[in-house]
Amino acid sequence: MTHSQAHDVQPPMGMLAELTHRCPLQCPYCSNPVALERRRQELDTATWQRVFAEAAELGVLQVHLSGGEPALRPDLPELVTACVDAGLYSNLITAGVNIDRVRLETLADAGLDHVQLSFQGATPEVTDHVANMTGAHARKRAFAAEVTDVGLPLTLNAVIHRANLHQIDEFVDLAVELGARRLEIAHAQYYGWALVNRAALMPSREQVMEAVERVEAARERLQGRLVIDAVVPDYHARLPKPCMNGWGRQSLNVTPSGKVLPCHAAETIPHLEFWNVADHGLREIWYDSPAFNAYRGTDWMPETCQSCERKEIDWGGCRCQALMLTGDATQMDPVCEKSPYHDEVQTLAVRDASGASEFTYRRFARTTESA
Amino acid sequence: MTTIQESDIVRLPRGVRLREDKRRGGWVLLAPERVFQLDGIAQAVVGHVDGERSVGAIIDGLCETYQAPRERIAEDVTAMFAGLVEKRVLEVA
Repeated sequence: MTHSQAHDVQPPMGMLAELTHRCPLQCPYCSNPVALERRRQELDTATWQRVFAEAAELGVLQVHLSGGEPALRPDLPELVTACVDAGLYSNLITAGVNIDRVRLETLADAGLDHVQLSFQGATPEVTDHVANMTGAHARKRAFAAEVTDVGLPLTLNAVIHRANLHQIDEFVDLAVELGARRLEIAHAQYYGWALVNRAALMPSREQVMEAVERVEAARERLQGRLVIDAVVPDYHARLPKPCMNGWGRQSLNVTPSGKVLPCHAAETIPHLEFWNVADHGLREIWYDSPAFNAYRGTDWMPETCQSCERKEIDWGGCRCQALMLTGDATQMDPVCEKSPYHDEVQTLAVRDASGASEFTYRRFARTTESA
Repeated sequence: MTTIQESDIVRLPRGVRLREDKRRGGWVLLAPERVFQLDGIAQAVVGHVDGERSVGAIIDGLCETYQAPRERIAEDVTAMFAGLVEKRVLEVA
C-alpha cells in the first residue's frame, strides 16, 4: 500500500493557476509569496496547455486563472481555449485594469465561463491608495460594465482590512450597481505580504463583529439577487478555519514557474519538497509528492486534534499559520481556543489593531536583473 | 422567499454548466467558484431544464418517469428550482 492510498486520497476539484506574478497593482496583502517569481521563469504556453489537460484527466472541474495579473500573459485566450477543450470551467481572476473591450470579447468567445474582479476599496480614494495605482478604481468600474455588457457573469472580490472595513455597505451597493451576481467579502489572511503588513491591516474585534453583522444584513436583504460569500477573519476567532478544506484534499495551486503547492502559501513551510510540472505529471504530484502527503488526512495531527470531534471539519486549521505563530507546522492552528498559543494570538491581534497604518507595497525585490 | 409558478420557464444562466463528472461519478452543476454535486433526482430534474419548456411541462415529463403523485412531484420540483434560483444558478426566463 502506498502512502497516498493509506489516506484514501480523492481527486482534486479545483486548481489555481498562477499564470504570472507580474501585476500592475501593489496590494499590501497580496497572496503571492514575498519572493515573487520572475517573467523568465514562467511556464510557456504549451506547458500550461499540457497541465490543463492533465488536470481535467485527474478530476479537476474548475480552473482559476490567476496571478499576479493573468491578463499580462499575451497567450491568455489560448490558455482559456485549452481549459475549454479539456472541459474545465474557467474563471478569470483579474484586477481589471488592463483588459480592453476587444480582448475581453476574445476571451468570452474562447469560452471563458466567469470573471472575478477585485476591488481594493468601494471608492476611488481607497482603491487607488490600497492598490497604489492612480485611476485604478475608475478603470475597474469601466471594466465591470464591459463584462456584464458582454454577458459574462461577474463576481466582485473585496479583500477587507482596517483601511476599508467601514465600506462593507458601499461594497454591497457597488456590486449591485455593477450587475455582479456574486460578492466575495474576504478578510485579509496574514501570510506573505499581508504578514509583512499585519499591523497596518489588522482590524479590531469590534470592527470585525460589526462587519459580520453588516454582511449578514445585506445577505438577507439581497437574497436571490446577490450571492454574498464571506471569508471570516481568524485571529479574532475561537475556532480555526478549515484551511483549503483540508491539506491536499480538494485543490492544488500551480505557480508561474510550475511548482505545484497544496495552497498558495505552502512555500512558507521551509522543509517541504514541492514538485514541478516540468519534472512530473500532475497526477503523480497530487498522489505521491512529499509536500501533498505531508499533512494529508489526520495521522499527522497532535493529540488534542486527534481526539477532537471537529478534526474532520476544520482539518486542524492552517499549517502555514501554525508554523508562523508557533514555529511548528504540525502544531494545531493557534487560532483554536484549545491551543496553548491561543491567548498569545489574541493579544497579538489586539496589539496590531492599533499599529501604524503605513503599507509596505507588494513589489519585486530590487536586483540587477529585470522582471 | 422565491416562488416558482408552473407557467415559469427556467434556464441555466450563462456561467452555469451541467456536466458529467466521470472521475467521481454522477453529474455536477458548475457555477462561479462553486460546484454542486447532484444526486440522481436533482440530476433528472435539472437535466430537463432547456430554457424552453415550462416548469409544468417538466413536471409532466417527470411524472411519466417516476411513479409518484403529480402533486408531490410538483412540490419537490418547484422547491428545488426556488432553491437554485436563490443561489443564482438558475433563472426564470
